[in-house]
Amino acid sequence: MGCGASRLEPGEDIPPGLLPFRRRLQELKRSRTEESRRRRRERKDSIVSTTELLRPEERDADDFETTEEEISRAVAEKMTVRDALNSAIDEEMAADPKVFLMGEEVGEYQGAYKVSRGLLDKYGPERVRDTPITEAGFTGIGVGAAYYGLKPVVEFMTFNFSMQAIDQIINSAAKSNYMSGGQISVPIVFRGPNGAAAGVAAQHSHCYAAWYASCPGLKVLSPYSSEDARGMLKAAIRDPDPVIFLENEILYGESFPVSADVLDSNFCLPIGKAMIEREGKHVTITAFSKMVGYALKAAEILSKDGISAEIINLRSIRPLDRDTINASVRKTNRLVTVEEGFPQHGVGAEICAVVVEESFEYLDAPVERIAGADVPMPYAPNLERLAVPQVEDIVRAAKRACYRSVPMAAAA
Amino acid sequence: MSLIIGHARTAAARLLRRSPASILLRRDSPEAPALGRRPVRRMGTARVGESVSTAYEECSDQVLDFPGGKVSFIPEMRFLSESLGERIGCYRVLDDNGQTVSGSTFHEVSKEVAMKMYRHMVTLQVMDTILYEAQRQGRISFYVTSTGEEAINIASAAALSNEDLVFPQYREPGVLLWRGFTLQEIANQCFGNKEDYGKGRQMPIHYGSKKLNYFTVSSPIGTQLPQAVGAAYSLKMDGKNACAVTYFGDGGTSQGDFHAALNFAAVMEAPVIFFCRNNGWAISTPTTEQFRSDGVVIRGQAYGIRSIRVDGNDALAVYSAIHAAREMAVGETRPILVEALTYRVGHHSTSDDSTKYRPIDEIEHWKSARDPISRYRKWIQRNGWWCDAAESELRNSVRKELLQAIQVAERVQKPPLEELFKDVYDVVPSNLKEQEKLLLQSVKKHPGDYPADVPV
Repeated sequence: MGCGASRLEPGEDIPPGLLPFRRRLQELKRSRTEESRRRRRERKDSIVSTTELLRPEERDADDFETTEEEISRAVAEKMTVRDALNSAIDEEMAADPKVFLMGEEVGEYQGAYKVSRGLLDKYGPERVRDTPITEAGFTGIGVGAAYYGLKPVVEFMTFNFSMQAIDQIINSAAKSNYMSGGQISVPIVFRGPNGAAAGVAAQHSHCYAAWYASCPGLKVLSPYSSEDARGMLKAAIRDPDPVIFLENEILYGESFPVSADVLDSNFCLPIGKAMIEREGKHVTITAFSKMVGYALKAAEILSKDGISAEIINLRSIRPLDRDTINASVRKTNRLVTVEEGFPQHGVGAEICAVVVEESFEYLDAPVERIAGADVPMPYAPNLERLAVPQVEDIVRAAKRACYRSVPMAAAA
Repeated sequence: MSLIIGHARTAAARLLRRSPASILLRRDSPEAPALGRRPVRRMGTARVGESVSTAYEECSDQVLDFPGGKVSFIPEMRFLSESLGERIGCYRVLDDNGQTVSGSTFHEVSKEVAMKMYRHMVTLQVMDTILYEAQRQGRISFYVTSTGEEAINIASAAALSNEDLVFPQYREPGVLLWRGFTLQEIANQCFGNKEDYGKGRQMPIHYGSKKLNYFTVSSPIGTQLPQAVGAAYSLKMDGKNACAVTYFGDGGTSQGDFHAALNFAAVMEAPVIFFCRNNGWAISTPTTEQFRSDGVVIRGQAYGIRSIRVDGNDALAVYSAIHAAREMAVGETRPILVEALTYRVGHHSTSDDSTKYRPIDEIEHWKSARDPISRYRKWIQRNGWWCDAAESELRNSVRKELLQAIQVAERVQKPPLEELFKDVYDVVPSNLKEQEKLLLQSVKKHPGDYPADVPV
C-alpha cells in the first residue's frame, strides 16, 4: 500500500468517522447471528449437531458487543485524504493507460498540495503533464483529449481558478455528448481544492458546488473522508461523463480510518448515493466536504442535550440523492442543511426545495439553512471565522428546528 | 515570513501568483516533501532527468547562457520594431487567370483529385445558395455560408487524410462534404429531424460526424483550438499516423484560447495544424480593428511554431501548403500555423447584413475578380479537364439533389420526446427518467398544450 497508512492503536479513541464502521460491523454480526440461529434450529433436527461442526465465526456469533479489537481489525488503517486521492489516481493510472494527469505543477512540484506525489516518477512526463499557466488552455486540451478517447484528470490549483476555464467546462465538456447526439463522450475529471481554506481570502475560498451542480451534463462530487476520497475519485475517473471533483484543502492532511475493503484497488463508491454518517431520530443534518465533520461534532454536542441528529454526508451534489434525504426527513421531521457556500441558490436551497416538494407534510419545523455569509471571503481571521459556518451555528440551528433553543430546564 | 521568502526564492516566479495557497500548503501539510528533494528549476526547458547545470558552467562577457539558448550581449539599447516593415509574403501557385505562377513550387495534383476538388467546390457553392434561400423562406432558423472560401474548405480537406481529426469553426462544411457527408445528411442537420446525428439538438450548420472524424461545431469562438491540441496530444500518445486540424477566423485569434492553444501545442509538441481563415471581417469588425500585427502568421514565430501565409483563394496553393504542413506535423510531431488570406463574400450569417458596414464594391470585387472557383476552373479548363457543358450539368445535378434532400429532410419525423432526455449523461439518470415520465403524462393529459409534431 505504502501511502502512509498507519494502524489504529488499540485503546485509541474511535473517531466519529469510525462510527459507521461500528454500525456496519454490528449489522453484519446481527445478520450472521440470525443466520447461524436458523442453521442451529435446522441442525437440532439432525443427528449430528455439535458446535465443533460450526465454523469458528458462528461459535461466538451470539456475542453482540463489538470489541475495540474487532473494529481495529475491520478498520485496520488510517489514511490521510491526500494519500487517499493519491492512491486513487495512482491505481486508476496503473489500471488504464488512457488515464493521465495534467495541470499546473502536478509533475515536478508534485501538485500544489502534493496530491500527485510520486506519480511523475512512476508514470513519466507524458502521463503526468505539467502545463503552462492557462486554465482555459489546459482545460480545453483536456476536453479535446477526452473527445478523442483519453481520460484526463485535470487538476485546478483551486477551483477558484477554474473560472478562467468555465467556457470549456460548461459549453464544451458538459454539453458535447448531448449536442453531438451521443457521438462525443467526455470522460474527464476536473479536481482540486474547493471552498474555504484558511487565510486565503476571496479568490481562494469560494465554494463552487452550487455553480457546477446547476449544470446538466456534469456530475459533481465532494468527498469528506478518506473512504469518500478514494472511492469517489476512482468512480469519477471510471465514469464516462465529465465529473467535477471538489476537494477541500483543510481535509487533505486529515486522517481517517479505512477498512481493508476501502484499500482494495477494486474499491469504488456509487455516484449519486449519499452516506448516513450517523443515525438519529430527531433532526436531519445534511452536509458535504469539511462541513460533514462539523455536523458530526454538532451531533455529539446535541446528543448531550438529548437530541439525536442524523448526519447525511451528501457525497454527490449532482446527482443529488433525494431518496436518502427525503427518507431521513420523513423519519426525523426536521431538517438543517449545512454548506460553506453562499445561501442564495445554494445546495441547501435545492435540498430545501426537494424536501418541500416531496415531504412537505412530514415537516414539523421550518427548514434551517446554514451557509457561508453572502459576502466574498474576507482575509482577516476574525471576519473570516464569522463568514463560514461553525459547529455552534449547526447546534443552534438544530435546536431551533427541535424547538429547543431555550435551555431544557427553563422549558420544563 | 521566512517561509514565504524561502518559498518565493525557490519556487519558480510563476508560482508567486498563487503564493497564498502554496504557503498554506506548507503550513497544513507537514509531511509534504521539501522542495529541495528534487533539483528545483527556475525557468526550465530541460526534460525530466536532463541536467540543467551545464548552462551555467561557461561564463562569458559576450554571451549569456539562458534557458532556450545563448543570447548575445549588445551595447546598443535597441527596441524591436513593432513591425517588420515589409509584410510577410503570401504563397501563391495560380494567378488570377488560373495560370501557374512561374517558379512556383507546389504539390502535384492528379486529374482525379483535381476534378473531385472542383466538383466539391461547386457543390459547396450551390449548397450555400440554396440553404441560404431556405433560411430566407423561413424553412430553417439560421444559416452560415462559406461563399468565397470554397478553396480553403475543399483544398485543405483534399490535402488531409481522413484519419486526421477536424475541429471546425463553422465555415468549413466543405471538409465534411469532401469526406463523404451527403447533401441529405447536411439537410437532416439543418432541419433537425430524427435522422440528424445531433438528434435535432443543435442549430443549423453545427454539423458533426464521429465516423468522419469531424467534431461537432462549437458556437463559442475559439474553444476548438485547445481541444484540437488535446486531441493531437492523444494521437501523439497513441503513436497514430495522423494529426489534428483546427479552423478559425481572424476574429478568433483574439480569444485567449488561441494564445493558449498555440503555446501549449508548441510546448507539448502536438501534431496539430492551426488553419486561420483570415477573411477580413469578424462580423462587422475589420482586421484593422482586430489586431495591429501583420495578420496572424507572424504570431506563430513568437510561440515557436513554423508558419506560412497562403492565398486562400488559390486552391493549388492551399492544397500544397496543407500537404506540406501535414507532413511536418505528423512526421516531426509539431504544430504548424497556416494563415490563408481570403474574403468573406457572404454576410456573417443569416442574422447579418454586411452591406451596413462594408462597401458593396469591396464585396463585388472579391466575388467576381477574386472568386476561387472561377480561378481554379480556368486552370482545369486550360488542362483540358473541364468544359462549359460539364459545368452546367454539375450545377444542375447538385441543385436537383439538394432540393430533393431538403424535401425529404422536411418530411422526416422530428426527434421523439425521449430524445430530449438522452445523452445528457452516458446513462439516463433517475431524475431525468422522472422528468420524462412527468412530461409524457402531462402531454397525454393536455395534448392541446403541446406541439403535435413530437412523437411520444
